[in-house]
Amino acid sequence: MSAIASDLPHSHFPARWAVTLALLAIAYVGVPLLGSSYLFEAILLPFLALSLAGVGLNILTGYAGQVSLGSAAFMAVGAFAAYNFNLRVDGLPLIASIVLAGFAAAAIGLVFGLPSLRLKGFYLAVSTLAAQFFVQWALTKFSWFSNDSASGVIDAPALSVAGFVFEGPVGRYYFALNVVAALTFLSYRLVNSQTGRNFIAVRDNETAARIIGVQVLKTKLLAFAVSSFIMGIAGVLWAFAYLRTVEPAGFNLDRSFQILFIVIIGGLASIRGAFFGAALIVVFPLLLSRLGSFLLGDVFDSGVLDMTQRIVLGVLIILFLILEPDGLVALWHRVRKRIGTALRRSRSQ
Amino acid sequence: MADFDWLFFIEVLVGGLLSGVMYSLVAIGFVLIYKTSGVLNFAQGAMLLFAALTFVSLTERGISFPLAFIITFGVMVFLGVAIERTVLRPLTNKPPITLFMATLGLSYVIEGAAQLLWGTQIHGLDLGIEDLPFDVGGVYISQFDIFAAVVAAGMVALLSLFFRYTRIGLGFRAVADDQFAAIAVGLRLPWIWATVWAAAGVVALVAGLLWSARVGVQFSLSLIVLKALPVLVLGGFDSILGAIVGGLLIGASEKLAEVYIGEYFGGGIEGWFAYVIALAFLLVRPSGLFGQKLVERV
Repeated sequence: MSAIASDLPHSHFPARWAVTLALLAIAYVGVPLLGSSYLFEAILLPFLALSLAGVGLNILTGYAGQVSLGSAAFMAVGAFAAYNFNLRVDGLPLIASIVLAGFAAAAIGLVFGLPSLRLKGFYLAVSTLAAQFFVQWALTKFSWFSNDSASGVIDAPALSVAGFVFEGPVGRYYFALNVVAALTFLSYRLVNSQTGRNFIAVRDNETAARIIGVQVLKTKLLAFAVSSFIMGIAGVLWAFAYLRTVEPAGFNLDRSFQILFIVIIGGLASIRGAFFGAALIVVFPLLLSRLGSFLLGDVFDSGVLDMTQRIVLGVLIILFLILEPDGLVALWHRVRKRIGTALRRSRSQ
Repeated sequence: MADFDWLFFIEVLVGGLLSGVMYSLVAIGFVLIYKTSGVLNFAQGAMLLFAALTFVSLTERGISFPLAFIITFGVMVFLGVAIERTVLRPLTNKPPITLFMATLGLSYVIEGAAQLLWGTQIHGLDLGIEDLPFDVGGVYISQFDIFAAVVAAGMVALLSLFFRYTRIGLGFRAVADDQFAAIAVGLRLPWIWATVWAAAGVVALVAGLLWSARVGVQFSLSLIVLKALPVLVLGGFDSILGAIVGGLLIGASEKLAEVYIGEYFGGGIEGWFAYVIALAFLLVRPSGLFGQKLVERV
């Protein structure tokens, strides 16, 4: 039962909030002062969107124990719903479109979460693939969703909230940061509430959870809805803040796997794990391509690079599963503990 | 529906059933591994691609078909043993979902390695079987499909005999039944797993060759996994018979749906229709057609 103990919050630990606040201060003040536009466009914006998607999937998979291979589908629903709400409802503020898009994704999530009432484990994981293929097919097939645009690629609207427009890379970064910070805080509150404990109970032992009075079906569906809501909004950020276009092709199966990898590498059942995982997934390919061109020059053409990236990513995942099954978060805990003991030792001497 | 074209219906049905056989071929590889080690091997598609690509590249370098087959056979066996050594053994006793993730990572590695090794261009493969339709009482059936069905039947027969009458097969069944009991009576689990993965590699080779002859050797071969998954869900992950029946059902209903109701959806429904069938079925029988029922204990 050690899994449960480690999932519960240590609320008597104020230093935890201090670290979070310091990170937020750096994110809000430090990064915009120092960062170049490359940093925002290529690293921070995708990082924020993917982190949020990771938080969403972690609620479903890490906390409630329902494996999903269709994350990108819910992101796509969010992105397209926000686009259509914004386009078709006159005078609807952008924030309202985004929240409604979250609810649209939650509704689709509920529908595709229904099989979880009867299916478990791999059967469920495979059935979530249905969401992936169906949503992508529907968005490509029916041009209504993309407002009959010929190429299927559409420009995202400007990010304006109450008359203030978030422009340029830094503006979009602030917009994404606000959304991610708010939703992460809410997710943190959720997983530490009774509902969050119900998720964990259902994950660890469904029958036992039912016996102690957890409404298993309701809990599972709620997990699907909440997780899809968050992933839908992550999809909005991905399309509106990062790519600036809305297209179905970006939300393919590879994206779903990517988000799953983020959760695994970062650490299951950990909100901050999603951020660790997303950081690694975003930065790692850039580093590898830099390293490749630095070491081998032009020998490293893009095809070879692509394949090498696949191989290294695969190896990395296997290594993580073998060496650090609890993810980067566990690594982080160990490092922090070690620094803590070292500090205390030096102080006592 | 007075003028319902029965001949056409049968033609579509038979075509669907035969293409279902192709799905079954892929699904059998999954079942082998799932039965004995409880792992849903997502890398099966990547193994298929790797086998087909190796075979084609060897023949293009002037090696004869039988020799290329034997070499690829050896490579797949080696690959199976290597996977057991490097990936599965360190992950023994981990939850099934961890192992599934590992095979997901593995599929990335194998796909990347296959294309890094043999290049990314598309190859054609001619097995020397003509894909001519022939006439059976007014219904046209593809000769190649028949050949594929015969190969599939042969493979299933061989596997069944192997499972039933050989010592290794008995070991497989023992491990599938109860891992701890199998270890207790002295079966060497690592060795059995290595053998199973090697066998799945060989199944991947056969399926890979047939699929390649159909669609050419290219990256999308590894996506055939996604076709095999609904078959598995429908038939049950741990039943070879289920893989066959599931494949036939999915193949037939997919083709019929595409022809008869596809137009109402604007076509292109084959990407998800199989999943919908499988899901609808599972709502009635959650462990598939022939899957084992799970008993839950607290």
